[in-house]
Amino acid sequence: MLEVDTINSFYGKAHVLNDLSFSVDRGQVVALLGRNGAGKTTTMKSIMQMVVPETGRVSFLGQDITRKATHKVAKLGIGYVPEERRIFTDLTVMENMEVGRQPPRDGAVTWTEDMLFDLFPNLAERRQNRGKALSGGEQQMLTIARTLMGNPSFVLLDEPSEGIAPVIVEQMVNVIRQLKADGLTVLLSEQNLHFAQAVADAALIIEGGETKFHGTLEELNAHPEIRDAYLAV
Amino acid sequence: MGFYLAQVLTGLANAGALFMVASGLSLIFGVTRIVNFAHGSFYMIGAYIGYTLMQVLPGAVGFWGAIILAGVAVGLVGLVVEMLVLRPVYKAPELFQLVATFGVILVIQDLALLIWGPEDLLGPRAPGLRGVVRIMGEPIPKYDIALLVITPFVALGLWYLIARTRVGVLVRAATQDREMVGALGVNQAWLFSGVFALGTALAGLGGALQLPKGGADLLMDFNILTSVFVVVVIGGMGSLPGAYLAAVIISVVNVFGVTFLPQSTLVLIFVVMVLVLMIRPFGLFGREEVAGEHGQVGEPETPIHPAGPRVRLLVAVGLVILAMLPLYGSSFSLVLATDILIFCLFAASLHFLLGIGGLVSFGHAAYFGGGAYVAALLVTHANSPMELAFLLAPFGAGLAALIIGWICIRLTGVYFAMLTLAFAQLLWSLVFQWGEVTGGDDGLVNIWPSEWLKASTTFYIFTLIFTVGGILLMRHVAHSPFGYALRAARDSERRAEATGINTKRVRWMAFTLAGVMAGLAGGLFVFSKGSVFPNELEIARSFDALIVVFLGGVKTLAGGVVGGAFFKGVEEILTRFEYWRLALGLLIIFVVIVAPQGIVGTLRNMFRRHVKDET
Ligand SMILES: Nc1ncnc2c1ncn2[C@@H]1O[C@H](COP(=O)(O)OP(=O)(O)O)[C@@H](O)[C@H]1O
Ligand SMILES: [Mg+2]
Repeated sequence: MLEVDTINSFYGKAHVLNDLSFSVDRGQVVALLGRNGAGKTTTMKSIMQMVVPETGRVSFLGQDITRKATHKVAKLGIGYVPEERRIFTDLTVMENMEVGRQPPRDGAVTWTEDMLFDLFPNLAERRQNRGKALSGGEQQMLTIARTLMGNPSFVLLDEPSEGIAPVIVEQMVNVIRQLKADGLTVLLSEQNLHFAQAVADAALIIEGGETKFHGTLEELNAHPEIRDAYLAV
Repeated sequence: MGFYLAQVLTGLANAGALFMVASGLSLIFGVTRIVNFAHGSFYMIGAYIGYTLMQVLPGAVGFWGAIILAGVAVGLVGLVVEMLVLRPVYKAPELFQLVATFGVILVIQDLALLIWGPEDLLGPRAPGLRGVVRIMGEPIPKYDIALLVITPFVALGLWYLIARTRVGVLVRAATQDREMVGALGVNQAWLFSGVFALGTALAGLGGALQLPKGGADLLMDFNILTSVFVVVVIGGMGSLPGAYLAAVIISVVNVFGVTFLPQSTLVLIFVVMVLVLMIRPFGLFGREEVAGEHGQVGEPETPIHPAGPRVRLLVAVGLVILAMLPLYGSSFSLVLATDILIFCLFAASLHFLLGIGGLVSFGHAAYFGGGAYVAALLVTHANSPMELAFLLAPFGAGLAALIIGWICIRLTGVYFAMLTLAFAQLLWSLVFQWGEVTGGDDGLVNIWPSEWLKASTTFYIFTLIFTVGGILLMRHVAHSPFGYALRAARDSERRAEATGINTKRVRWMAFTLAGVMAGLAGGLFVFSKGSVFPNELEIARSFDALIVVFLGGVKTLAGGVVGGAFFKGVEEILTRFEYWRLALGLLIIFVVIVAPQGIVGTLRNMFRRHVKDET
């Protein structure tokens, strides 16, 4: 479904992604693992073309999306859930979701506000609250709900478990499983291996912007030395 | 009692147009982060287009239809401007965007002159609303009542659009994080264009609505700009309720001012503004604005070095050539060279503030004109000898900069810029309105240098010494520990503070020094011309200096000087043509889009590339 082919991305002169390649198949949940600063966020931004790779190419559903405008990438059905959450703090929960609204898409669930409030019951009680009044966990749910309003067929989730309470992490695990059951394809970045193990089919480990491991989670579990070398446990 | 009520009602009526223009400016800034300096120009063409339409369309339906159509037409013009001029510069530093909008101002001024001619146009009266109504015995024009009623509806409509519709949600979201809005699938380009069109349409609507009260003339663009900036600063950038409340406050204060203190209406408004800012630095409903994402003057560049031996030699040769000008130049070339030198010093002082200090002042003419007026006032009223008056010019300007700077450096970014402009307008209006002392519009004349300096040759050498001295002094300061502290404060306020630099004080001192140097230029100016008029304090003069700094290149020390020489040269040629503003405006827009490094920066890049090719 998504193919990343030897991309190189830069911030000014800093070379952050180095010949990175991988692909994600339809219906898969792939965990993108790596330490802080490994290049996970940059990989996601390079897929969204918020950072434009200088060389290499990114294709989605067989279509080259490199150098496309970010909003066009989103319109093709890629949903992006950024790590810093970046909800609109002055807007209410309902309004935040409104920003994400896109027309229905073939081959993807068409979400309504009510369906999302079923998925995130905490948000239902806070629909008229402003973003800044929400707790960290609620903000994280809102970011996901907002992205789902675009009816994506593929979602980039950047460290969804970062900085939220353990109960909410549990809830997130369930949400991701449910999304997977609905047929959504997910690329999920994590530093937290446990979270990844709970939801992912395959894992991709990067370090210094290069691929260090690509395989199933069983394979990863069979090689604890890889885990110890590239992940903080 | 009735009298006061009448005053308040008039104020409320006047607030209408002001609110519309200010809210448009606010909206555009919120989403695009561009301070649209050309906003006054859109207001002006709104008035002109409305006037023309009212001539064509008959009756009451025609009158009101003309107002609405004028708003729509101006919105379309705004759309074109956004797509042609602003789209290419959204990613550029703030200063470039500003300069681009100056270009638009100049182009619109000349186009308006071309289409509607130089005469002031008297606005037609609204059909059916010609007379007055008496409220508690006081006469109130019926049209004022109409405005009183209409404005809240426009405000409400706008509020509904922003607060209750999807478009409004997107606009508010983009005001906060436009990249994220794009990542959610919204085409930002169209959002920007739409907001710009809406904002300019509001300005045009305001211009057309005030026709029966104020008519249309070619000075409207700058005249409204000050009030709008004051409204936005008081109300808070990006806040609609703030814009409405501030427009009402300003208009009511203004009406009372006209009645009780006719000489100092603007002063009164500024007192209100300073009071508000003392209590709420970001306006009644505003919040701190982070400087533009790309910084105000662009990314930090290669560090500036003291000139190498080759450059020093070049400068020395240049100075010798200049010093010998009386030997080979005509007397006309001496006068022109004097003009250029003075302008270079003025531009260099702004360049120091902007390039080294990162402080974008929109009102630097205050200190240039201020210096000129200090000298002229001393000669006129105290019969002071020329030498003393000349020496006190930079001191007077420096004192003004010290006081104004103290208030302005509390703010940053757009607020700082608007405040400096507002204060410059305050000085201008003081000079303009206080006719007994300053001569008002007639200026002060017969301010000639002493006998020993009368000859154009000696005055030229005198000017050369002071301008070169001033420029070298600023260069020296730029490379001194103070200069480093100033640059550190520019590049990262937090880091500078952490290393023990008092950034506020450093900026304040830089502001003052720039004021002193501009005052020196002003002192030279008044004695070279023998007279001074209020236009030396005008917004247009401040803009000239900004354009020069930009043309020369913000990031190069020579930028102010080279830009000054180039600008005066071009002006000398262009002003021979009737529509020189149009040409200059187009030139500026062209430079912004094509050669954003300015003259010096572009030449240097070409030179480096050349050197690279050779090796
Ligand atoms: N905006 C930026 N400008 C410059 N360097 C950046 C920027 N964002 C990230 N980096 C650098 O790129 C590298 C990868 O960062 P990132 O993709 O955020 O890693 P991760 O998400 O895995 O923690 C890091 O070394 C980081 O310092
Ligand atoms: Mg990250």
